[in-house]
Amino acid sequence: MAKKIRKTRVEMPKQNPKGRIKNYNEVALGFSEEKAIEEAERCIQCPDPTCIKGCPVEINIKGFIKKIQEKDYEGALSVIRITNLLPGICGRVCPQEEQCEEVCIMGKRFEPVAIGRLERFVADFEVGQGKKPEIKLQPSTGKKVAVVGSGPAGLTVASELAQKGHKVVIFEALHKPGGVLIYGIPEFRLPKKVVEQEIENLKAIGVEIRLNHVIGKILTVNELLEDFDAVFLGLGAGLPAFMKIPGENLIGIYSANEFLTRINLMKAYLFPEYDTPIKVGKKVAVIGAGNVAMDAVRSSLRLGAEEAHIIYRRSRKEMPARLEEIENAEEEGVIFDLLVNPIEYIGDENGRVKAIKLIKMELGEPDDSGRRRPVPIKGSEYLFNVDTVVVAIGQKANPLVTSTTPDLQTNKWGNIKADEYGRTSKKGVFAGGDIVTGAATVILAMGAGRKSAVAIDEYLRTGKWK
Amino acid sequence: MYRIVKKEKMNEAVNKFVIEAPLIARKRKPGQFIILRLHEKGERIPITIADSDIEKGTITIYVQKIGKTTYEFGSFKEGDYILDVSGPLGNPTPIEKKGNIYCIAGGVGAAEIYPIAKAYKEEGNNVYVIIGARNKELVIMEKEFKSFADGVYITTDDGSYGRKGFVSDELLEHINNRKIDEVIAVGPAIMMKVISELTLKYKIPTLCSLNAIMIDGTGMCGVCRVEVDGITKYACVDGPEFDAHKVNFDLLMKRLKSYLDEERISLEQYKHMIGERR
Ligand SMILES: Cc1cc2nc3c(=O)[nH]c(=O)nc-3n(C[C@H](O)[C@H](O)[C@H](O)COP(=O)(O)OP(=O)(O)OC[C@H]3O[C@@H](n4cnc5c(N)ncnc54)[C@H](O)[C@@H]3O)c2cc1C
Ligand SMILES: Cc1cc2nc3c(=O)[nH]c(=O)nc-3n(C[C@H](O)[C@H](O)[C@H](O)COP(=O)(O)OP(=O)(O)OC[C@H]3O[C@@H](n4cnc5c(N)ncnc54)[C@H](O)[C@@H]3O)c2cc1C
Ligand code: SF4
Ligand code: SF4
Ligand code: FES
Repeated sequence: MAKKIRKTRVEMPKQNPKGRIKNYNEVALGFSEEKAIEEAERCIQCPDPTCIKGCPVEINIKGFIKKIQEKDYEGALSVIRITNLLPGICGRVCPQEEQCEEVCIMGKRFEPVAIGRLERFVADFEVGQGKKPEIKLQPSTGKKVAVVGSGPAGLTVASELAQKGHKVVIFEALHKPGGVLIYGIPEFRLPKKVVEQEIENLKAIGVEIRLNHVIGKILTVNELLEDFDAVFLGLGAGLPAFMKIPGENLIGIYSANEFLTRINLMKAYLFPEYDTPIKVGKKVAVIGAGNVAMDAVRSSLRLGAEEAHIIYRRSRKEMPARLEEIENAEEEGVIFDLLVNPIEYIGDENGRVKAIKLIKMELGEPDDSGRRRPVPIKGSEYLFNVDTVVVAIGQKANPLVTSTTPDLQTNKWGNIKADEYGRTSKKGVFAGGDIVTGAATVILAMGAGRKSAVAIDEYLRTGKWK
Repeated sequence: MYRIVKKEKMNEAVNKFVIEAPLIARKRKPGQFIILRLHEKGERIPITIADSDIEKGTITIYVQKIGKTTYEFGSFKEGDYILDVSGPLGNPTPIEKKGNIYCIAGGVGAAEIYPIAKAYKEEGNNVYVIIGARNKELVIMEKEFKSFADGVYITTDDGSYGRKGFVSDELLEHINNRKIDEVIAVGPAIMMKVISELTLKYKIPTLCSLNAIMIDGTGMCGVCRVEVDGITKYACVDGPEFDAHKVNFDLLMKRLKSYLDEERISLEQYKHMIGERR
């Protein structure tokens, strides 16, 4: 007789909104073993599992969930690790609802299986047991690879190539490895110790990390090629975009990068114990509605803002952030001001921002992105008082490396041109992640890293280029 | 970890540090800087590379105590380690043969302009240096400049040494007596602004090195934004030097005051802690 299947997902416990905005601890607390099994039981082990095609790195989702059903968590992790080296991270920050879970068969009639949460459970379970993943290393090949940037793309390439027996050195501009995972995504969504653990794993397999090395300045790509057999560029999309409207350089107007870097990398929320200050005042407005904007607005509440607003020029439906994070923000009391756009900032006599001039918008015809284009409504301008503004309208490619490597081709946005396997226009140089695609996701950066690792390995073994 | 191999007290406010950083020593050019972080809880601050020794693998910096981090740095001793040093950052000064060059420095700016002045001289220019300070005690590097410059002039606010007055007073006198091909000013924003207004009147090309607040120094955060010719630039990657006549100094000066309250709290707390320890 067939078991009765739960139609809805097992709830994952969260810190309650009132309490959590007073701390920086993780909001989502993860499944207990019982809850994980209960949720895993909802997977009907489809003969033709559609979920797998929804995952950019094609994790054998059906396989790992089966292992959870069997309470073989180590086995589950081994299945995941075949294609995803950072399950604790992806399980937390992947836009699952539009990837694996969107196409889960269960989701056709009921709620889809909570694949991301199960993935996270398995990763955390291992760490909880104090276990290190057992990684088999192939014998040394004597080849050396320089990986520039230590975000998910760079970490993945480094891990894959080290396992294949190549010597890998990561060069990172900042004083801490991890890329956006460390300086961008806040502790309450992705605890730093999850990332640090992955980096320890890398060091354990012999990957060397040189911090404070800004490539393009201390060494150029050509100089790296003198010492290394191949170079991988995982530079990310680290340049903040501004709207170029009057008053944008007033004090109190941060780029999301600055705001989040002060908080996450420099720990400004612990000022004055830590030396880096940050100031939010009572009323904060964050411009934009992507993941970055949600992270900034929720951080501002934790820094003591009394009112935190999202200012977005389209409607709720078009907001690019993950649904879960929008809901978390709503629960925490974030106010959403939709269909409005800043056109100017007004400052006080000390040059500090005191108000935004906003204009109301309406939605017109769909644009290239398929979303309806916002158009300003004439004469609808009004002033909105603020103490702090965070501009979170996107990130662009940083030109430090490309401008010092003239034979590296870029597209009109400054992103490095690379084929599916990360091969650039310059022999021996590969690139992947946000620097190639423009700002995207952790899992796509990882996927690109995996593919590049395959091509780099082949290049190192055969010397063949394309 | 970067070891301090030598520390020398220049005066009450300024210390000279020689730091082990072989790769930076080899790569750095005049006009470039480092960003350092003293320890795990420290902030990242930009400091100009004044000199380097490729053989010994060291760089030399001069640090003036103004707030928490620079005061704390002043307590570091020979043999101590600095946790992070990133560089060389920023663009090198474009050094060309131009003729008569005037290097104008305010306070610790003397150390910052030193490598630039030397490079201009080596390129075959006539180099004149004007150093301004509050008083005699605070004048640094006079001897070093005198070893190569074609003229070194001092001004002090209180007249305790050299001319009583400002660097701009001294410069004006030279403008009247000599054809000046370029002026480079490094120091407090207000000083650079005054010099810039003066040289604009006489149409003398002028460079200045902007000391905006910085974090990463790679163009990632945007805190160092300045306005040059009405366009927003990042001092860390587009500068730090810009055509002084196009710089919006008022904006720079305002932005430098972004964290006055926090800086005061931080410094007071630090001084209190040091006091307790004694
Ligand atoms: C605030 C925020 C929230 C996000 N939330 C999510 C989310 O919930 N889910 C999701 O999937 N994605 C999210 N993203 C996007 C995701 O983080 C990125 O797509 C991903 O990190 C890209 O990885 P990467 O390896 O290409 O680059 P990055 O993570 O950007 O790492 C690049 C690294 O290279 C270093 N570097 C750059 N230039 C140099 C140089 N010249 N020399 C040496 N090192 C250099 C940088 O310092 C950095 O450490 C978020 C992004 C941000 C900013
Ligand atoms: C490219 C560059 C090169 C520099 N080179 C040198 C150098 O060679 N020697 C040296 O002593 N100093 C140099 N500075 C200035 C130095 O970075 C600051 O003095 C330092 O950051 C102050 O830190 P603090 O914690 O001690 O003081 P804080 O308490 O943080 O600041 C005290 C006051 O100093 C000013 N200030 C704050 N941050 C900066 C800043 N980044 N730059 C300038 N003023 C600031 C503000 O007006 C502030 O109110 C340089 C700055 C830049 C941008
Ligand atoms: S990596 Fe992301 S998309 Fe793939 S299974 Fe995990 S949560 Fe889903
Ligand atoms: S599609 Fe859903 S139910 Fe089917 S195997 Fe995948 S996770 Fe399980
Ligand atoms: S210091 Fe961050 S962009 Fe210049």
